[in-house]
Amino acid sequence: MANVHQFEVIVVGGGGAGLMAGLYASKTAKTAVISKMYPTRSHTGAAQGGISAALGNYEEDKPEWHMYDTVKGSDYLGDQDAIEFMTNEAIDAVLELEHMGLPFDRTPEGRISQRPFGGHTNNVTGKPVRRAAHAADRTGHMILQTLYQQCIKNKVTFFDEYQVLDFIMVDGKATGVVAVELSTGELHTFHAKSVIFATGGYGRIFEVTSNAYAYTGDGCSILLRKGIPLEDMEFFQFHPTGIYKLGILITEGARGEGAVLINGKGERFMPRYAPTVKDLASRDVVSRAILTEIKEGRGVNGKNYVYLDIRPETVNKFAAEDGRTNPDGSPLMITGDTVLTKIPDIVDFCRVYLGVDPVTQMMPTQPTAHYAMGGIPTNKYGEVVIDDKGTTVPGLFAAGECACVSVHGANRLGTNSLLDIVVFGKHAGLKAAEYAKAAEFGKLPQDAEAGAMSAFEALRNGSGTENVYDLSNEMKNVMFSEVGIYRNGSAMESAIDKILELKEKYKDIKVSDTGKIFNTELLNAWEFGNLLDIAEVVAMSALNRTESRGGHSREDYPERDDVNWLKHTLISKKNGKIEISYKPVVITKHQPKARVY
Amino acid sequence: MEVTVKIFRYNPEKDERGHYETYKIEADANDRVLDVLEHIKGKTDGSLSFRRSCAHGVCGSDAMRINGRNMLACKTLVRDVGANITVEPLLGMKVAKDLIVDMDPFFDNYKKMLPYLINESPLPADGKERLQSPEQRARFDESTKCILCAACTTSCPSYWASDEYYGPAAIVAAHRFIFDSRDEGASERLEVLSETNGTVRCHTAYNCTNACPRDIQITKAIGEVKLAMVTGKLD
Repeated sequence: MANVHQFEVIVVGGGGAGLMAGLYASKTAKTAVISKMYPTRSHTGAAQGGISAALGNYEEDKPEWHMYDTVKGSDYLGDQDAIEFMTNEAIDAVLELEHMGLPFDRTPEGRISQRPFGGHTNNVTGKPVRRAAHAADRTGHMILQTLYQQCIKNKVTFFDEYQVLDFIMVDGKATGVVAVELSTGELHTFHAKSVIFATGGYGRIFEVTSNAYAYTGDGCSILLRKGIPLEDMEFFQFHPTGIYKLGILITEGARGEGAVLINGKGERFMPRYAPTVKDLASRDVVSRAILTEIKEGRGVNGKNYVYLDIRPETVNKFAAEDGRTNPDGSPLMITGDTVLTKIPDIVDFCRVYLGVDPVTQMMPTQPTAHYAMGGIPTNKYGEVVIDDKGTTVPGLFAAGECACVSVHGANRLGTNSLLDIVVFGKHAGLKAAEYAKAAEFGKLPQDAEAGAMSAFEALRNGSGTENVYDLSNEMKNVMFSEVGIYRNGSAMESAIDKILELKEKYKDIKVSDTGKIFNTELLNAWEFGNLLDIAEVVAMSALNRTESRGGHSREDYPERDDVNWLKHTLISKKNGKIEISYKPVVITKHQPKARVY
Repeated sequence: MEVTVKIFRYNPEKDERGHYETYKIEADANDRVLDVLEHIKGKTDGSLSFRRSCAHGVCGSDAMRINGRNMLACKTLVRDVGANITVEPLLGMKVAKDLIVDMDPFFDNYKKMLPYLINESPLPADGKERLQSPEQRARFDESTKCILCAACTTSCPSYWASDEYYGPAAIVAAHRFIFDSRDEGASERLEVLSETNGTVRCHTAYNCTNACPRDIQITKAIGEVKLAMVTGKLD
């Protein structure tokens, strides 16, 4: 082992959760953040609409309402102790970001501006409430930049463009990670007491996705291969409004500002599905509504998309019908300038990729694979919990999209992902440092690099014939069509067969680049292996859950089944065999009831 | 349509110097240049290396020269550049492999700007946010949009002449804080920028403004920093 580094805390991933964890852990422990990209490239930067907190800067709001909305949004699968913890911390978390320098938009009084978002309600009136603190439609970008800036200020140590390949566990304890330095191809072993995975999601298993190329489920699959279970993998969120074909996100903030969905017959259809909050229903509800419109022949020009319409005349007409008002009570009226100010990046995306100007034209949109509710099971301190008894792996932590606390349950509310990374990134960092201060370094095995080395060498020296690009497209297509918004048993069975077939073919792939310096072909091949592992457990978990709940909608089991399925799935791989077990949902204040928007 | 793509190739493990390779592929006019590169990498030559992540112009990974101009490959469509496309790495930085350049000096210059809020005053007594009017917030909005892609800095003739120059992106980062009403570190940053490698090297070529994929008025921002340096005023 040529390159061995020792840190008390290693953070894997340089997005919002990883940077927050790095910031907090480094206050007391020797910490390094390892990121496969420069941290500012992370996918947190693509988040648009806002981060939620019951600041009440425009109108009355309360953490209790935020909690209830999150529980309801989760279709009662979220753990209510964790949700309450998050919504109580939300206000301080957002204020802390402001204190760090985050340039939020402002109210006329100079406070943080907030906008309505899907599923955010006044629990008394049921009407939308302005809870999403925002910076135009670049809130994630501002969070990522601000946290990176704070890391520079606080001299956090980074290993940029190092891909973590393996997790070292000795006697059931975290002992470090092995990574490859992309610029040299050299392996590095990071000896650590605490390891925090903050590696983000895995939307790249799907054909149409808002997710970055980097979202290949690395952390989840590394741990899956180590026998760590993953939780609630069947729950994947499809955001209602992706740019047609490309999947690029159009923020829910657009509907927060008054945009409405229009079908191919020119009708606004959401009132039929969600009579109270209409276009601002939860994402799973809106995505299903869009798909139903398309299936019943009301897509645009018979195709699989609908329009999102933020033209001022449309917004103003429906805002008047709905009685929507500004914070001062005056009727909501927008102009072309409002659109340019509130969602400038969306306007830019539409002009560049579609040649459509949202001020004067409708935006062609379709649901896009967006967010993994499931992931590495943790408690609210980021400790990885491997069973239904609260058993932890000493020194192993996870936070952000790769983790499942579970605060999102079966469906995440918009803006809660940014809140999640800030709150749980911080607590994972604090807890990991606290653990590291009390723990001794475990003994690093002599062959620590062996696992990473053999995985990489197998790919590099493969004399195979299969093409990763083609296999990858096959996986994405079958996952999107058969394990997407609507699912049924037979389709998922055939999808699983396909995934297994692809996994066989994966053993015979060809990597033509035999070099060491920036061997991106090898890296992509390794990432594709991760995606296949994840696709398999997503499809298996989905097939196993014979009910419909939140983001998991089965045509063959259309109802929610609280008697049999008010529980979390834990899926793991032991000796190559998939095992599924369960753990109960934590219910404190809100008993499950029918979910109507 | 068939497109002809000429790509700069350099593999330090094999090549003494860079060269070009030409690929002919079928593409749609609405494809991104990034899609074209992905297709070539996926189907023709897996060793072709470039950075990319978000694929819609917000992460800043895939800045490169396309037909001689700095652009993001994910924000440039085939219909915008035509059927003959030449793709090269950013100028003025060491090429690590193919279209990948060494970004470390770029980030080092960014860090020299003290790119974080400096405010040692006590927080508001109520624990809430520091107040800032919408007008004060708008004052530095432009420079908050920067994604650190380096398209501006590597389009700058002064940077080509000397990579000691901090470059436009670093000055934009400084601008973002200098004109933030909550910040108290303007004088420190202006001092850094008044050094020989600072704003004095900007000769208003406007290349940076033209190159910015986020449409930031960079030359104007640099001008504002210069003015603040001279007048000491920050409004």
